[in-house]
Amino acid sequence: MDKYKIDFKDKGKIVRKTKVRKDLEKVIDELEIKDSMTVSFHHHFRNGDLIGSMVMDILDRKNIKNLTIFPSSLSSAHDDFGKYIKSGLIGKICTSGLRGKLGQDISSGLLEEPVVIRSHGGRARAIVQGDEKIDVTFLGAPHCDVQGNANGFEGNSPCGSLGYAKVDAKYADKVVILTDDLTDELAMPYSIPAYDVDFVVEVDSIGIKEKIMSGATRSVTNPKELLIAKKTAQVIEELNIVQDNFSFQTGSGGSSLAVSQFLRESMIKKDVKADFALGGITGHMVNLHEEGLVKKLLDVQSFDLSAVSSLKNNKNHFEIDASFYADISNSGNAVNRLDVVILSALEIDTKFNVNVITGSDGVFRGASGGHSDTAAGSKVCIVVAPLVRGRIATVKEKVLNIVTPGSTIDVLVTDHGVAVNPNRKDIIDKLKESKVKTIDINDLREMAEKITGKPEKINYTNKVVGLIEYRDGTIIDKVYQVK
Amino acid sequence: MSKLRRTMLYVPGSKPSMIKDIYIYKPDSIMFDLEDSVSLKEKDSARFLVSEALQNIDYRGIETVVRINGLDTEFGIEDLRMMVKAKPDVIRLPKTETAKDVKEVEEIIENLEKEYGIEVGKTKMMAAIESATGVMNALEIAKSSDRLIGIAIGAEDYVTNIKTKRTPEGTELLFARCQLLNAARSAGIAALDTVYSDVENMEGFRKEVEHIKTLGFDGKSIINPRQIEIVHDVFTPTVEEYEDALQVIAAIKRAEQLGSGVISLNGKMIDKPIVERARRVIELSKIN
Repeated sequence: MDKYKIDFKDKGKIVRKTKVRKDLEKVIDELEIKDSMTVSFHHHFRNGDLIGSMVMDILDRKNIKNLTIFPSSLSSAHDDFGKYIKSGLIGKICTSGLRGKLGQDISSGLLEEPVVIRSHGGRARAIVQGDEKIDVTFLGAPHCDVQGNANGFEGNSPCGSLGYAKVDAKYADKVVILTDDLTDELAMPYSIPAYDVDFVVEVDSIGIKEKIMSGATRSVTNPKELLIAKKTAQVIEELNIVQDNFSFQTGSGGSSLAVSQFLRESMIKKDVKADFALGGITGHMVNLHEEGLVKKLLDVQSFDLSAVSSLKNNKNHFEIDASFYADISNSGNAVNRLDVVILSALEIDTKFNVNVITGSDGVFRGASGGHSDTAAGSKVCIVVAPLVRGRIATVKEKVLNIVTPGSTIDVLVTDHGVAVNPNRKDIIDKLKESKVKTIDINDLREMAEKITGKPEKINYTNKVVGLIEYRDGTIIDKVYQVK
Repeated sequence: MSKLRRTMLYVPGSKPSMIKDIYIYKPDSIMFDLEDSVSLKEKDSARFLVSEALQNIDYRGIETVVRINGLDTEFGIEDLRMMVKAKPDVIRLPKTETAKDVKEVEEIIENLEKEYGIEVGKTKMMAAIESATGVMNALEIAKSSDRLIGIAIGAEDYVTNIKTKRTPEGTELLFARCQLLNAARSAGIAALDTVYSDVENMEGFRKEVEHIKTLGFDGKSIINPRQIEIVHDVFTPTVEEYEDALQVIAAIKRAEQLGSGVISLNGKMIDKPIVERARRVIELSKIN
């Protein structure tokens, strides 16, 4: 028999099928979502997100039960999700952040199954390695074409990078894009490619513009934040990190933001340029980039409109996905190239363990974010925090919950002094010969306690309401129900 | 060397969050305010707060000053009663117009020191001059009490009193500033300049600080910790000034060894005031 068989059937013009739908409810019917499935969405719309509630409302009406919801994070936009737990729609939650009313509900034991808290890199790893399978992802996109090419930097309510959504789009079984800016024109460059998309649904509004992001780049005027930033910049200076092609990440907190301003001065003085700045991108970093001081911006999440417009216009402002950003299983991840990262903390203990997920009352009020990822990957990880917030000590003997292990935190900069992890003899030695005076972290703890006194112990029950998963998939801590 | 008073940082007495750790900014003096920055409703609570803070918080050796309400208000006497007991380093009088104003407060302080068993004379004083009368009486005020460590100008009330307003150039304040400065120098006490209230205008602030330094002031009252760095920077001698000063001292030493009377350096005669200035520059450099 001839090895090469000729087949001339079905060679006509393609019958075009549209992915566009007007009615989300009908799409949900088409998707055949069943009890116990996993549904995801992203948190690029922050407090302005309307997608989560829009989808949950319909699923609830359809009497679906026991879903796992798997958003990249949750915000105050999801404050009323307790009602879906009560109705039985939500059976499990996996997220990076948990706060507000929902945080309180979970901490008081409303959900039977513990919430799984993952870092941004950890979530990407869980998806990529198949620990978590997403049945359907509902992704809001500020701009999308009829085939499903979507981006976040155009449209009525832009959010900039869609870095967290990219992973969901690539790995979920079914991908639904929801947009309020549907276009016939090709939406390129795209963040999410049409070949990953099954449905495009046009909705009235994907989010509340003002709550999606701040228009203005936040400028730091708080003297305490500036003081901490300046001390941090001094540490960075003394460690001689600012050299040609160095890389850094700063968070969106005040002190962290202000560090980038001091870095600018240092770069100009030394006449050096950074290779890249990573993470959540702000207008401050955009300014450094446009000034030519930072060659590339790697943007997994954009924090203000200046970052959005830069992502659109600057060719060396790159949108990266969460796996590229911080996934331990991704051999090219960006955190592993970081020279220095500046992170915040709700609490830090004398072993340098950091809590960024629960407040001093033990209740969920934060997010794991990229904290543990960047701490582990960077050469130097600096935590910045005031010694005391209001009447609450930041530096404690033992944190209530560990998100980032102290073994990956190198320096703590507070308004009352700088402490170095005893593991980092090299840093201790360098600072010893410098203008930066360091102090034992135990002394900082004592100072804090002198101001605040000893807090009362929290009344926990034995019920586990949260599991904090480290970036490698292991459980690093448990969160208990608060009475 | 006399104590540095480049920066006297205001803290409203009604703001516990600021009072509790204001020392982290390292001003030369901290001034707890019971007067204009505290609303009438909060006068009592502010007094208690500042009193407790002074007695319980370690301000790391930074000079503590309390600005009390004037004796012509219903709060002045009670302020003094509680503050003398709480033992700040200095009590600052607002709106001082005559030597008598100072002496009245001094008498009350002395009686309170005796009552509380505090060493008489321990509580130092400062007087703020904020009117045309006060400016004209600057010398008698400056010399009115041994407790006085300095006088300060309060510009907002003063310019209103002389029927003008403040300008970036400060022409309207030149007379008052010079009058006060000379009164202070004549009495051998510190002269402190008024606040600069636009905390966002750092460039304008720096210019004003440079101006008052040139006039001869010891320092300035400030309202935001962010202003500290600029004042300290302006009042820190430059490297050139420091090196010049070292040369002057070296020349003096050489001349002393040689027993020569007239000393010159690079063709310029060096006399006593130049040596004195050089010593001050070196001391200031060491502190910074």
